[in-house]
Amino acid sequence: MPRNAIDIPEKIEYLSILNEKGELDTSLEPDIPEELLLKLHRSIILGRKFDERLLNLQRQGRIGTFAPTSGQEAAHLGAVALLRPSDWLVPAFRETAAEVWRGRSLESVIIYFNGYDEGAEIPQDLNNLPISVPVGSQIPHAVGLGWAARYRQTDDVAMTFFGDGATSEGDFHEGLNFAAVFQAPVIFVCQNNHWAISNPVAKQTRSKTLAQKALAYGMPGIQVDGNDVLAVYAAAKEAVERARAGHGPTLIECVTYRMTVHTTADDPKRYRTEEEVEQWHKRDPIVRYQKYLLDKSLLSEDKIADIESEVLEEIQAAVDGAEEKMKALGDPIDMFEHAYARMPTYLKEQKEAFAEEVAEMTEVKNSG
Amino acid sequence: MAKMTMVQALNLALQQEMEKDDRVIVLGEDVGVDGGVFRVTDGLIDQFGEERVLDTPLAENGIVGMAIGMAVYGLKPVCEIQFSGFSYQNFHQIENHAARLRRRSRGRYQVPMVLRTPYGGGVRALEHHSESREAYWAHTPGIKTVIPSGPRNARGLLVSAIRDPDPVIFYESKALYRAFREEVPEEEETVPIGQPRIVREGKDLTMIAYGAMMRPTLEAAASLKDKDGVEAEVIDLLTVSPLDDEIFVTSVLKTGRALIVHEAPRSFGPGAEIATRLMEKAFYYLEAPIERVTGYDIIIPLFSREKAYFPNEERILRAAMKALKN
Repeated sequence: MPRNAIDIPEKIEYLSILNEKGELDTSLEPDIPEELLLKLHRSIILGRKFDERLLNLQRQGRIGTFAPTSGQEAAHLGAVALLRPSDWLVPAFRETAAEVWRGRSLESVIIYFNGYDEGAEIPQDLNNLPISVPVGSQIPHAVGLGWAARYRQTDDVAMTFFGDGATSEGDFHEGLNFAAVFQAPVIFVCQNNHWAISNPVAKQTRSKTLAQKALAYGMPGIQVDGNDVLAVYAAAKEAVERARAGHGPTLIECVTYRMTVHTTADDPKRYRTEEEVEQWHKRDPIVRYQKYLLDKSLLSEDKIADIESEVLEEIQAAVDGAEEKMKALGDPIDMFEHAYARMPTYLKEQKEAFAEEVAEMTEVKNSG
Repeated sequence: MAKMTMVQALNLALQQEMEKDDRVIVLGEDVGVDGGVFRVTDGLIDQFGEERVLDTPLAENGIVGMAIGMAVYGLKPVCEIQFSGFSYQNFHQIENHAARLRRRSRGRYQVPMVLRTPYGGGVRALEHHSESREAYWAHTPGIKTVIPSGPRNARGLLVSAIRDPDPVIFYESKALYRAFREEVPEEEETVPIGQPRIVREGKDLTMIAYGAMMRPTLEAAASLKDKDGVEAEVIDLLTVSPLDDEIFVTSVLKTGRALIVHEAPRSFGPGAEIATRLMEKAFYYLEAPIERVTGYDIIIPLFSREKAYFPNEERILRAAMKALKN
């Protein structure tokens, strides 16, 4: 009786196009229109500057806790850049630049993180889901959306994001398994930023890569340099094209790094070294991508400075706009809305009782 | 009209809604080729194909999570979770997402899905197959919990649940699946969600129950009339949540006495909420303490002892006599 190796045809590739110095592997350079290259650049800058501003607002007590994205901009923008408006974005909570790329306003981000539900409102024309805080729980939704898009005979796809920690969740396993079984057009993008709060990826899994988990589900998986926007774009392009053509899902592992805190309530000094963080600062996705664009003469130092100041103005306008809008959002009675399509009788009674009580209670009335 | 079991009536509801509306998709474990372990989805795959009747991998959370995505897209998924004892594995998707996406997206998205699942005991089943945990779902704002008590209202409620814009947990008593038949009209019939019904009129005592407990409650009401001349009013909740109290409060204003029956454990069960609503809205009309006849606060025993766990006609009668004193 034989005891033979089973030939599993798939393999896992690692893709990097811009090296850590921003030098291009010309044989792998994806064909991206100039306009899109520049839009990506501006979005990465906007993502970084907005993140820095949010951190600043949080430290000043002007917004609440949020999850910063610095260092991961290329990992999510490079992927989301492949989507059409009719496709679906199913985010976790560390893809703010991707949400903004898809049309979410900066104002709404500020309003949301300052604790107003209005900031979660999704305009009718955006196929974005709201962020999902319970880790990995959004993954199966992308499968349902992708399945439904195919049931309706469109070639729309769903793209969902999650971190390395999420790959330990049942939702990850179930979502990928369902997507593969039903050949749903879904792109699973793992932003492996090395840390699930304090737990390093080595304590999350014994797998050599996260991408290889795809093989067990019978779908292609690829590991890319997540701080190289060209590599992320190239991998996502293949995955999106495959999904649109009806050939099922893909798992993309973007190897990246969370340059700052998990959330503003976290102190990373408790679990990781300054040296490690410093190493990753050298691989900053912005520096590498800018070098590429400078080498191609698509950008100049002056132009970069102009973009940065434009972006800062845009952010300032959003902060001002959000703060102005929030002045009108104090009324706590809003909390009773959108519970059901039609408000049940007992909830109407609770709402009426609350309105009566609140009229006499200054503290609650002024909670906004 | 044909005489149908609850299984057949539920099947009719699914079949007709799928025929009318191509947004309706059935998914779950063994719902296709096998027709569901209780045969509620029997024949649907033959009529509608694998495209609309999905035999899924064995993962309750995956089923519900995928259904949420379908519902957000605009479809109307009807999931079957094989036994309610396995639905705790998908509790998180209901609590964290199905119940909240309307609120979280400020009305942009809704989750018009149905989670059908057999609950309760009485069929000499394995462990984890017999409990009655509707209170878990009823405690979560944003979803509805519906429990029919017979073939005809099961059919009408399932049609309403499929058409409802909000997520509905649809508890089917497996003890009732084939317990009796009722006339069920072939033509469309709906039963509104959120409206309890008076199923027997009376002036002396209000008995409130739902699901599998309707039969022993109605038997007890008949005995009260036959043996003691007591006219009990019996109310079938049909919807546990959102709980509409108008009918049972109005009834107790008339009778002054109330008795609540459920299979679920006593503490923090639906009876506690019903009793509190009566305290709030009918306190000065109560002639006696409100009685509860319920499951005990224990893990339901294996089937050789399960009969001792359930409320039955005798227990209900004893409680009724207490409620009728003073």
